[in-house]
Amino acid sequence: MTSKSSPEKVQLIEDKQALIELLYQLADDDFVLAFRGSEWLGLAPHIEEDIAFSSINQDTMGHAVLYYELLETLGEGKANVIAHERPASERRNAVLLELANGTGTYLEEPRFDWAFAVVRHYFYSVYKQEKLHVLEKSSFEPLAQLAANIQVELHYHVMHWKVWFQQLCLSGGEARKRMEAAIKQVWGEFAGVLSFGPIGDRMVKSQLLEAESAFHTRFIVEMKKIFSKVNVPYPGDPQMNSGDGRKGEHTGDLKAALATLSEVYDLDPHTVW
Amino acid sequence: MDVERKKTKIFERLQTVKDPEIPVISVVELGMIEDIVMHDDCILIKVLPTFLGCPAIDMIKDNLIQAVEAMGDRAEVEFIYAPPWTSDRITKEGREKLKKFGIAPPPAPPFRQGQWTVACPYCESLHTVLENVFGPAACRSMLYCKACKNPFEAMKPIFQKEREYHSCSK
Repeated sequence: MTSKSSPEKVQLIEDKQALIELLYQLADDDFVLAFRGSEWLGLAPHIEEDIAFSSINQDTMGHAVLYYELLETLGEGKANVIAHERPASERRNAVLLELANGTGTYLEEPRFDWAFAVVRHYFYSVYKQEKLHVLEKSSFEPLAQLAANIQVELHYHVMHWKVWFQQLCLSGGEARKRMEAAIKQVWGEFAGVLSFGPIGDRMVKSQLLEAESAFHTRFIVEMKKIFSKVNVPYPGDPQMNSGDGRKGEHTGDLKAALATLSEVYDLDPHTVW
Repeated sequence: MDVERKKTKIFERLQTVKDPEIPVISVVELGMIEDIVMHDDCILIKVLPTFLGCPAIDMIKDNLIQAVEAMGDRAEVEFIYAPPWTSDRITKEGREKLKKFGIAPPPAPPFRQGQWTVACPYCESLHTVLENVFGPAACRSMLYCKACKNPFEAMKPIFQKEREYHSCSK
């Protein structure tokens, strides 16, 4: 994969562990959500959406790769290995992003929930845009540069999901009912996405990003505008009903996802693709 | 041969390295080559990746190395992320070549968000509609010309919001 420059700049960061923790959160979030998105290939509501969604997933997986490669330059091991071989308990992604798309599997009886997909991806894109905005000012220059590059692609992701979200929410009937249920489910886990994790204060102290409470507040302001546009009353503070992924707490869904994701890799981890 | 002349020669040589997905346009014309640094033992090519998840990037890297090594020099490729690649880095020649290939070039700079008027690469009509921002490759969107009734693709505009860059020398 792409080689990254300047591991020597790492010395500028006093708290290397906090930096590594942050990068794992960013990488694991994008990695698992890109996988969940990819499971929709061939199942999206129409062929145009298949193309758009695949493109978004490809971008997102590309972003995860960049973060894993940055971790590689920091001595965490080969990007491929840390992406594929870490068990669920070592993953730092938010629980929301690992949850299965619905019942069944890609191959058998996939009864996936499109409302859940739209809400999860839209809210996550909005969050990611805000987060990148903060990371562009990060004290760790290689991360700040990546954030600026990723940001330009995010613009299109947000635009895409916004259309689905608004149209389905405002169309009434069953669509509205399903969207309300999906909003409830996603919001019930969203605190896990917003969380900086157990050593978040150290990330802030190293000026890797702004204070968690300030970030939280800004994100909620954005979300309130989004809810009001579709006449959904603000559902109150986001929750973390199924555990804190930043602490390594995960559901069985993640284990299953990792097994599927790494199935080919595990056949022969030393193969050069 | 002095360094500047050699550099120019390498740039000319890199013209032969094409985008694997759009074989009419070179990586130079795409604006991906940021710098060529002459070291004693190798030539370092600094490259700006276009789309971050683009699967062609490793192929481009190999092709760059091969192109320079065919001249008898050892080469290395480094991907850098500052400045970010934007679609207005595509050269005038590159834009013409895209058009001939049937891909509408991205809007000429300065590009402002929300102002994307695309001329049909076949009949030049502006009577076109965007069918899907996302296309068959990360870099392309799908459009339709209402004048000549042809579907066509366009390079997705990629632009940078205002940002102050702390350069590497920081």
